[in-house]
Amino acid sequence: MAKAEASIQQEPPVAKKTGVKGHASSLLGRLVPFFGLIFVIAIFAILTRAPGQYLSPVNLRIVLSQTVIVAIGAIGMTVIIISGGIDLSVGSVVALTGVVTALGVANGWSPSLSILAAVALGGFIGLVDALIITRLRVVPFIATLGMMGIARGTAKWLGKEQTVNAPNTWINGLAVTFPNPPWLIVPPGVWTALILAVLIALVLRNTVFGRRVFAIGSNESAARACGINTDRLKLWIYGIAGLFFGLAGVMQMSRLTQGDPTVAVGIELDMIAAVVIGGASLNGGEGTILGSMIGALIMAFLRNGCQQMGWPSYYQEIIIGTIIVLAVAIDRQRHKLS
Amino acid sequence: MAFVEISNIAKRFGATVALDHVNIQLQKGEVHALIGENGAGKSTLMNILAGHIKPDSGTISLDGKPYIPSNPTDARRHGIALIHQELSLCHHLTVAENILLGMESSVAGWIDHREMRRRTLEVLKTFPHPDITPESRVSDLSIAARQVVEICRAVASKANIILMDEPTSSLQRYDVDQLFSLIRKLKHEGLCVVYISHFLEEIREIADRYTVLRDGKSISTGTLDSVTNDQIVAQMVGRSVESLYQPHQHPTSRDVLLQVRDLQCPGVKNASFDLHRGEVLGIAGLMGAGRTEMIRALFGLSPIKSGSILLNGKPLSLKDSPATRISQGFGYLSEDRGGEGLGLSLSIADNITATRYSTCSQFGWIDLGKQQSQAMDWVRTLAIKTNNALQPVRSLSGGNQQKVALARLMHQDIDILLLDEPTKGIDIGSKVQIYEAVERCVSAGKAVLLVSSYLPELFGKCDRLAVMCRGVLSQVRPIEEWTPESVLEMAIGGIQKGSDQ
Repeated sequence: MAKAEASIQQEPPVAKKTGVKGHASSLLGRLVPFFGLIFVIAIFAILTRAPGQYLSPVNLRIVLSQTVIVAIGAIGMTVIIISGGIDLSVGSVVALTGVVTALGVANGWSPSLSILAAVALGGFIGLVDALIITRLRVVPFIATLGMMGIARGTAKWLGKEQTVNAPNTWINGLAVTFPNPPWLIVPPGVWTALILAVLIALVLRNTVFGRRVFAIGSNESAARACGINTDRLKLWIYGIAGLFFGLAGVMQMSRLTQGDPTVAVGIELDMIAAVVIGGASLNGGEGTILGSMIGALIMAFLRNGCQQMGWPSYYQEIIIGTIIVLAVAIDRQRHKLS
Repeated sequence: MAFVEISNIAKRFGATVALDHVNIQLQKGEVHALIGENGAGKSTLMNILAGHIKPDSGTISLDGKPYIPSNPTDARRHGIALIHQELSLCHHLTVAENILLGMESSVAGWIDHREMRRRTLEVLKTFPHPDITPESRVSDLSIAARQVVEICRAVASKANIILMDEPTSSLQRYDVDQLFSLIRKLKHEGLCVVYISHFLEEIREIADRYTVLRDGKSISTGTLDSVTNDQIVAQMVGRSVESLYQPHQHPTSRDVLLQVRDLQCPGVKNASFDLHRGEVLGIAGLMGAGRTEMIRALFGLSPIKSGSILLNGKPLSLKDSPATRISQGFGYLSEDRGGEGLGLSLSIADNITATRYSTCSQFGWIDLGKQQSQAMDWVRTLAIKTNNALQPVRSLSGGNQQKVALARLMHQDIDILLLDEPTKGIDIGSKVQIYEAVERCVSAGKAVLLVSSYLPELFGKCDRLAVMCRGVLSQVRPIEEWTPESVLEMAIGGIQKGSDQ
């Protein structure tokens, strides 16, 4: 009879778990990509047996100018991924906007106008993506997969399936290794990427728009219940990111000194990899511009190191693939701990 | 004139009547308890008030003006905030960002961090919690602290009606006390709190007035001082046991198949029972009491902390996977039919044979003709409404989907059937066929563990019954020794009245 009296077990008021542990591990987590970068640089400095050369100003300049396109694209991609979205069309958009820049210059537009047209086109494509996602209720993966084909096809159409030659203007100097004037130290493209990275990092941290990007990625239905117009927010997110992809296309044209509709295939995957190595989650709600930039640099230093070693390109591909998997695995492990 | 007048609100989902002309009046500065069994319509009513669902008919007036919210944002604008069982916070954001989400302080688009902090501290001053600072990340907070954040959000949005749907279901007693002092403060500030809970002692502690809902109808309303617990329980149960649930008796077998002793797992503090061949053992209890957690743990779907499981007297490992459990003769019918019970896009045949492909395959090669004909046998046996076993399960009605899920267990031909709410949300006709199928299994000497929230079903189908309350399983007793009232009291309070045998 006594056994039947299974009454409610009352818990004594014990101290609750506090957030201290969680904070420490998230700080550590943010440092992981940074350690990764230092590790990669150190490894190749040792492997090449010529740290002075690997870390020479010339080589650093080469690495930085090589990473401009991925870095600028990764800024836009970070915003999209934090919001819980994805964009697979970036490679095609870069090719298309590169062709548009070249066509503009070739048709006698001023370089500034050509750049403006390319950047605006990038933003327009982002808006179209967002309209497909919000109005037609197509998931971002599929919407941008479709856009990947549409933009690539349009680039080939505009370029008449050939590269578009453009007269030499200052655009060609945007991402060269040795800038003119030399006091710039690194090419204008690198400075542009740096300034934009700082700007968007501040926007994400300190503006209503930025915090809502995190909110929608963290819990979209909660954001909607709190009166946020999530559809309109997505228009802004993809539109702004598109501006960055357009600018990446300008840089692509600058490095090639011509518009090539077949270039940059799969570059979106490099950008996604940079963002993910930088600590963002493809489920949305987390990610930092600083992390994404470090992610882009890790891949650039790896590529450069492999070239310096004279390794074949398939080594790079295998190593970068491994790094992506490792970075995400470490991130998962960290989440499990906290 | 009441602050909120809910008159004749009705809502149907397909053939199910969720709300049948409900009338409730809410006053300013009161805590109004909404009481009822699972499926009585409480949550539907809350969702209508919060703008998630539109009623089919009826009117609501708010402060004298007609009010039918078109969406959650609209409800929020009218000062109504819903606090769900599952909280809706952004875990990656800080407390301040969550509380002020959608109404951030800003200057030309840039967040005014100082102002955000000030506004958050102002709200937190009324509802202090040791772990919460404006800068804490929500993912680092305990469930109880998250609930405080959610309440603060409702207060910050100037809500004057706060709907709480079982807010204490995941809280410890200490946190419940904290929550109640918050609710009393809300009441003092003239807010109206609608409080849904199964726990009568909690309701007595916090609420002023109550309304009992049963089968979508408002049965009674009044002040809690004027009514006894027994009266409330009677109003909740009140329905006549339908003829569908004619009590039956299976010849009692003393052949113990499964023994569970002192089982402990997440959500379950202590559960012990014997399951005999040829019997239906019922597990009653409220939602969230730990019933589903218990059978999921038994089936290897969630980890077991301690205890022992003996099958035919031999101990089983506590770490076995569902695959091993299936080979040991367990079968599991999930409460979540669409989520984990069935592959909705797969065919009926694939679903039925999924746990026992061996009957229609050799060396991994499936004989599709055989698979189909076996599936069709079950389709006929269980009267599943289809003439094609290749039809995707998605295209069937809920009742027929459930029959497919049960057919899988029968095809599996196992000894122990763990059934979690097998007749939840399905029509009477399908219910009868499912009961018949269960009957067949029992007379074939199998053992059935039946988790159900529907008392007539438990009383009609079970040989013996135990009640789960807050993770503790009561003693198992023959069904004749229980009454609907004693089961409900046990489920609500965990105290067994008149248990002297």
